[in-house]
Amino acid sequence: MLAGTPEQAENYKQSDHWWGMLIDVPKCIGCGNCVRACAAENDVPEGYFRTWVERYHVSDENMTNPEVISPDGGKEGFPVAKEDAEKYFFVPKMCNHCADSPCTQVCPVGATFVSPDGVVLIDQKYCLGCAYCVQACPYGCRYIHPEKKVADKCTLCYHRITKGLTTACCESCPTGARQLVDLKNPKDPIHEFLKTHSVQVLKPQMATGAKAFYNGLDGSVR
Amino acid sequence: MCDLAMFLAEQVKTMNGVEGFMYPNEIGLQWSVLIVLYPFITGLVAGAFILASLERVFRVEAVKPTYRLALLTALSFLIVAPLPLQLHLGHPERSPEMYFTPHSTSAMAMFGYVYLWYLMAVLVLEIWLDYRQDIVLLSRSSKGLLRLVYKVMTLGSDNISPRSLHIDERVGWIVTLIGIPSAFLLHGYVGFIFGSIKANPWWSSPLMPVVFIFSAMVSGIAGVMLIYMAVTKLRKQQIDIRCVDTIAMYLFYIFIIDFSLEMLDLIHRVYEADESFRSLNFMVHTKLYFSHIVVQILLGTVTPLVLLFITQVVKLPEHVRKRMYVTSGCLALIGIFAMRWNVVIGGQLFSKSFLGYTTYKMALVTREGSLVAVGLTILPLFILWALVKLLPPFTQEHATQAATGD
Repeated sequence: MLAGTPEQAENYKQSDHWWGMLIDVPKCIGCGNCVRACAAENDVPEGYFRTWVERYHVSDENMTNPEVISPDGGKEGFPVAKEDAEKYFFVPKMCNHCADSPCTQVCPVGATFVSPDGVVLIDQKYCLGCAYCVQACPYGCRYIHPEKKVADKCTLCYHRITKGLTTACCESCPTGARQLVDLKNPKDPIHEFLKTHSVQVLKPQMATGAKAFYNGLDGSVR
Repeated sequence: MCDLAMFLAEQVKTMNGVEGFMYPNEIGLQWSVLIVLYPFITGLVAGAFILASLERVFRVEAVKPTYRLALLTALSFLIVAPLPLQLHLGHPERSPEMYFTPHSTSAMAMFGYVYLWYLMAVLVLEIWLDYRQDIVLLSRSSKGLLRLVYKVMTLGSDNISPRSLHIDERVGWIVTLIGIPSAFLLHGYVGFIFGSIKANPWWSSPLMPVVFIFSAMVSGIAGVMLIYMAVTKLRKQQIDIRCVDTIAMYLFYIFIIDFSLEMLDLIHRVYEADESFRSLNFMVHTKLYFSHIVVQILLGTVTPLVLLFITQVVKLPEHVRKRMYVTSGCLALIGIFAMRWNVVIGGQLFSKSFLGYTTYKMALVTREGSLVAVGLTILPLFILWALVKLLPPFTQEHATQAATGD
């Protein structure tokens, strides 16, 4: 069973779930499957990303200033790394579905909100397109949809997870680097994982209550 | 093949004006020159109102010739203030939702209420109370459509007995008294919109609302001083030098406070040198060098401050002082516009990863292009011209003429 596998849609009750994502950094091979699957599943406009993959190159002398690339969001993979034996690793990024999300706080009409099951969503029929939420997101996860002229971002494939499926990115990941997790489900393997691993969130100083949990996250990751 | 695609993707990035690494959704700027205009315009409103209140509340009689002109200037700019925001929105037709279903935790949701409060409860009410006698007299002396317009503007209140005018005066004074914190609220709130974004270290500062308030006063006072001098010149009247001397003095002192606050913010950032410092420091020395160091600080702040300082300590002939005031006023406006530019545009040029920079390309003829921006900057001056025609601010002679039927 995949972590966080939700029950069937007919039994779905929002208050029984609290969704998040586990990202196992050492498992990511930078293949870009997740980016392509997300774009296809969610009709993501060209040049914008609901999820993307970054490749970090950290040298021993300059650990706080890594060289980072993400060509076309890592959709088509990455160029061959230099053979210098320095540290290279991939970091998948996406909306952190923060419990105390700054984007939700600033929306002037409440078009973006945290659902009772912990997913940050946008009511696109209500959004003004002011882009204040885009400015407020510390992780760069939001954008203004070029055609719809409203804010857009990862929905954690809400249309899928409420029907008993996992997200498109999790489903397409060949190494299981991404795992949908349900923190309210006592049987979810995430609980065991959190007990036994050193797990972090991105930019913890932002105090956003981020729910994208990273295993094996290097200190140089921004 | 794959490497070629990567190479091309990197070339496209360079062509897009990206240096280093930006999160992929950050490459295009979300807030354009129109969002630069918005704080610039509201700043002029707040500053003009504060100048007007000098005479009304603080009894600075020397600036009396600018009192009504300052109020009309504030109104002209306030009418235009929401337009850049409307033009920027992806769905402007949904903007009334900010009034009907405001989100209580959003600073931006307060905009509608602060704006309406300031427009209707402060500015329009104060102008109406101050002009009521003139409006009544003009409604009696005008003819045709204009007569009807003035009749409507009296709102049925045509009693201009001394007792009634005394009540107008007292109520007007109270409205101005309420108006001062309201003007601070209007512009302080604009500063808060930026200052409260913790995701952006270039914006996130509790000093931001205070800096915005004082820079607003600088721009508003400089703006009204220039408009007063230009209008008086156009009317072929004598510029009241005592009036402009006094305005220049206030401009100088408020400018010093404004500059000190901005420098305090800068020194604090440099000394603290947190994780964002290297990135911001690089930006100020490269992409923002011209607009921040050259235009905002040297040309738009230090130069007018030196000129104003000279006028305060050296006894100069009247015509020289006037020229120095005009130069300082123009430079101050340029400097404050540059400050707004550097806040709004500068705050989006660096990546929140602190690893890269993008470029702002201003379009010419688009909804958020430079032509629209220029149009919106000029529009308040046309509105002011119409307001001055409708409600002459140099009323003593006009009211007398109207009363005697000349």
